[in-house]
Amino acid sequence: MAYETIIGMEVHAQVITASKMFCGCSADTSAPPNTHVCPVCLAMPGSLPVINEAAVRATIRTGLALHCEIPPHTKFDRKNYSYPDLAKGYQISQYDMPLCVDGWIDIPDGEDTKRLRIRRVHLEEDTGRLIHEGAHSLIDDNRSGMPLMEIVTEADLRSADDAWFYLTKLRAILRYLGVSSGNMEEGAMRCEANISIRPEGASTFGTRVEIKNMNSFRAVRQAIAYEIERQRALLECGEQVHQVTVGWDENRRRTVFQRSKEYANDYRYFPDPDLPPLQLERVMVEDMRRQLPELPDAKAERLAREYGVKGDDVALLVQERQIADFFEATVKAAQGLEPQVVANWMVGELFRLLSEQEVADGEIPITPQQLADLLMLLHKGAINAAAAKEVLAELFHRGGSAEEIIRRRGLRQISSESDLAAVVAQVLAENPQPVADYLQGKGAALGFLMGQVMKATRGQANPQVARQLLMESLEGRRHDTEE
Amino acid sequence: MDFQLTIHAALDRLRDGSLSSRQLTESLLQRIADTDDTIKAYLRVDGEGALRSAEEADRRRSQGEKAPLLGIPLALKDVICTKGIETTCASRFLQGFTPPYDATVVARLKESGAVILGKTNTDEFAMGSSTENSSYFTTHNPWDVTRVPGGSSGGSAAAVAADECLGALGTDTGGSIRQPAAFCGVAGLKPTYGRVSRYGLVAFASSLDQAGPLGKDVTDCALLLQTMAGYDPCDSTSVDLPVPDYYGALQPRLDGVRIGVPREYFGNGMQPEVEAAVRDALQVCRELGAELVDLSMPYTEYALPAYYIISSAEASANLARFDGVRYGARYDDAMREAADIIETTSKTRQQGFGDEVKRRIMLGTYTLSAGYYDAYYLKAQQVRTLIKRDFDQAFSRCDALIVPTTPTTAFRIGERVHDMLQMYLGDIFTLGLNLAGTCGISILCGFADGLPIGMQVLGGAFEEATILNVAYAYEQATAWHLQTPEL
Ligand SMILES: [Zn+2]
Repeated sequence: MAYETIIGMEVHAQVITASKMFCGCSADTSAPPNTHVCPVCLAMPGSLPVINEAAVRATIRTGLALHCEIPPHTKFDRKNYSYPDLAKGYQISQYDMPLCVDGWIDIPDGEDTKRLRIRRVHLEEDTGRLIHEGAHSLIDDNRSGMPLMEIVTEADLRSADDAWFYLTKLRAILRYLGVSSGNMEEGAMRCEANISIRPEGASTFGTRVEIKNMNSFRAVRQAIAYEIERQRALLECGEQVHQVTVGWDENRRRTVFQRSKEYANDYRYFPDPDLPPLQLERVMVEDMRRQLPELPDAKAERLAREYGVKGDDVALLVQERQIADFFEATVKAAQGLEPQVVANWMVGELFRLLSEQEVADGEIPITPQQLADLLMLLHKGAINAAAAKEVLAELFHRGGSAEEIIRRRGLRQISSESDLAAVVAQVLAENPQPVADYLQGKGAALGFLMGQVMKATRGQANPQVARQLLMESLEGRRHDTEE
Repeated sequence: MDFQLTIHAALDRLRDGSLSSRQLTESLLQRIADTDDTIKAYLRVDGEGALRSAEEADRRRSQGEKAPLLGIPLALKDVICTKGIETTCASRFLQGFTPPYDATVVARLKESGAVILGKTNTDEFAMGSSTENSSYFTTHNPWDVTRVPGGSSGGSAAAVAADECLGALGTDTGGSIRQPAAFCGVAGLKPTYGRVSRYGLVAFASSLDQAGPLGKDVTDCALLLQTMAGYDPCDSTSVDLPVPDYYGALQPRLDGVRIGVPREYFGNGMQPEVEAAVRDALQVCRELGAELVDLSMPYTEYALPAYYIISSAEASANLARFDGVRYGARYDDAMREAADIIETTSKTRQQGFGDEVKRRIMLGTYTLSAGYYDAYYLKAQQVRTLIKRDFDQAFSRCDALIVPTTPTTAFRIGERVHDMLQMYLGDIFTLGLNLAGTCGISILCGFADGLPIGMQVLGGAFEEATILNVAYAYEQATAWHLQTPEL
């Protein structure tokens, strides 16, 4: 039987701010344990929260970027549950009046795009971090009270790929806005998926399973795919899917049971009496909307239109704002060069170098000017493509200028016919057998002879010119033998 | 005797040099040593710290400093955090807890030069009306030691009445300053919600709690409030409004002042002497030039259930932080026997909290639970809006209201511990004001069988100057406040 998968996603993203959500402690969590704490984030008796305006603004900007409405009234609520990493015994969150509601985001869907509805974006505080050591559990409260955004979709996703595209897109938007690093491995972005499947065409939903513990984009894709298969197998054996929470086990590549919904918490939400409701002025919200940066979709559309870059390349270039900016700056610096050539080099060689190197997301160790200079030299025929790759690698790892590297390493291309004619003559003289093969119609021998020319010039021969000369000499001999 | 001085009288003598803060503080410490075995107002006295602050105050004064409370020895209710002085809320759970910070009100008092004598007894976490819910001991009423001092700020009220401090701070969530002030025959003021910072008050019910002064007379309350009041960026519910000159505005006449007399606050089986005393006080006010206005506040009777639902709901969350993980008592027994953290926490809480606290946590948890929220918490909030409207309407017609503080005078220790409803009903005249969020002061207006009778002057939002003035004019025209218990 064919089944349809229904997925809703909840993403928690740490908000980048100088201080925590409700106190003045530094929001730098890399500090030694329990050094960025105060009476408020330790929930000492009598301490009171004060709202961090920067976190509210970051959340509103996120909501605006996700095409949400920003209701004029919002408030914070207490979500009551007991766990040692939750200092107050309740989390300050938002229940029925979130900062942002009813938005959407477009994700790729084959050649087309698909629109996912965003139900809400709200602001809350993070918990402390539990560290288990042998028989003991320790608590690091540096993370306690860190601002955290929660972004919830409607159940509009239909596959593991949808989830992957959604997270990629969302992360790009968060990073464009500068509101979150979106780093899943470091826990700055955490996601949960609610998954159910139902026979195609059915009008009711199947039983929902919640997956937690997915700590990378890859894990999300694998976990969801695994869970879909697990549910399908259950239904096909005539068994039932139970409403449970499962966790993704990275090592065993499977989801494992965490808890049943029968033990679901009653969070007893109620408005936090310590924090008066917020009134958001229209003027302020509209001002923030105007000041949003160009976001990935708009940027992609513009790069395609202004520069004529291919769709696939555009999609890769706009994933990080810095990459897209780098592309535009390089195009500007490389006057007369086809933008698509810049795109090719960035998506190909530069991305390969970036992925090999442990660099922070969006950080590029070379400047647009360096790349532009290199590509211009290639364009003018001063070096060939193979040499350009070498130069780029050196620029990337050690810096310097393309000119200087080419000079030092003797990579300048030999394009002069008189210089290359001698080399060609020598190669033909030294390789009678391949020459004979070629003349007997074995075209592959040409490749070997080209290789010999490149070898003899230590890769500096202009391949077009060398090839031309080789062909001319060989064809000349053919005529000689035929006559 | 120096310890019998009011704050304003002591300030006069400190200023003219006929008394030093050290002498005054020593006199009070001696008084505490002499009487507190009987009264048990203090949970702990910081004699050493007090003398040090007193000497510092004397030094500052000799250098020409004029801080408003320089050298004045005060007591603080033990739900108010004091840096370096143990703060227990009269709970076993917080035994040994010493806050690393001062509540904003304490910081303000210290800046004004006040000397902190110690921490006074209260019902555990301020939940109660008699101090009988203290985990340590019950405080005795200085007018009759077989009776309660009221609560929850009973320790502060008794300390003021017994001359064991010049003035004290209490907190008022449903009458916890005004009711003990009435039972002990002193003046006690609950400010408008937001007038005084709540930062550093161990929260009971966050939307109702306010700290306020208890003094031997209205003038002292005005002086203390002057220092306590004002916006605090650390408390988002505090209000950024200028603080008027309360002391400077005190007037002996009430010409043109309209005083409302809501009928729901009279009759209904209250002790006849209490009603008579308040009605006499109303006549005094009329003679001082006030106009009396009869009015009705029809939702008064719903204040009690609404109060218990809202305050318990908030308390159930506020007290969730007491799990023994970061501070406070964690029981070794629990550590040994407990299978996991959940059990450790629940054993810690089982042993750390007294019965009344547990009762309120359970009540609050229940009323917030799925399926009950609408019927209880939400309904109570709606009732609160109606009660607020009652007060708004009353204050649109009058400058202040005068009503009894309690239906009876102080009851005997042990008399109501097994009849919680009777205990709760004793607060019916004070709860509404907290729900409305405005201000009120209780002052002495007579005696019944040697026990003080209190009356409240209630005012609108941020009308502290108005109620202080009405109370002051009445006090000036009478001599009740000059009587002291024999100890
Ligand atoms: Zn903090």
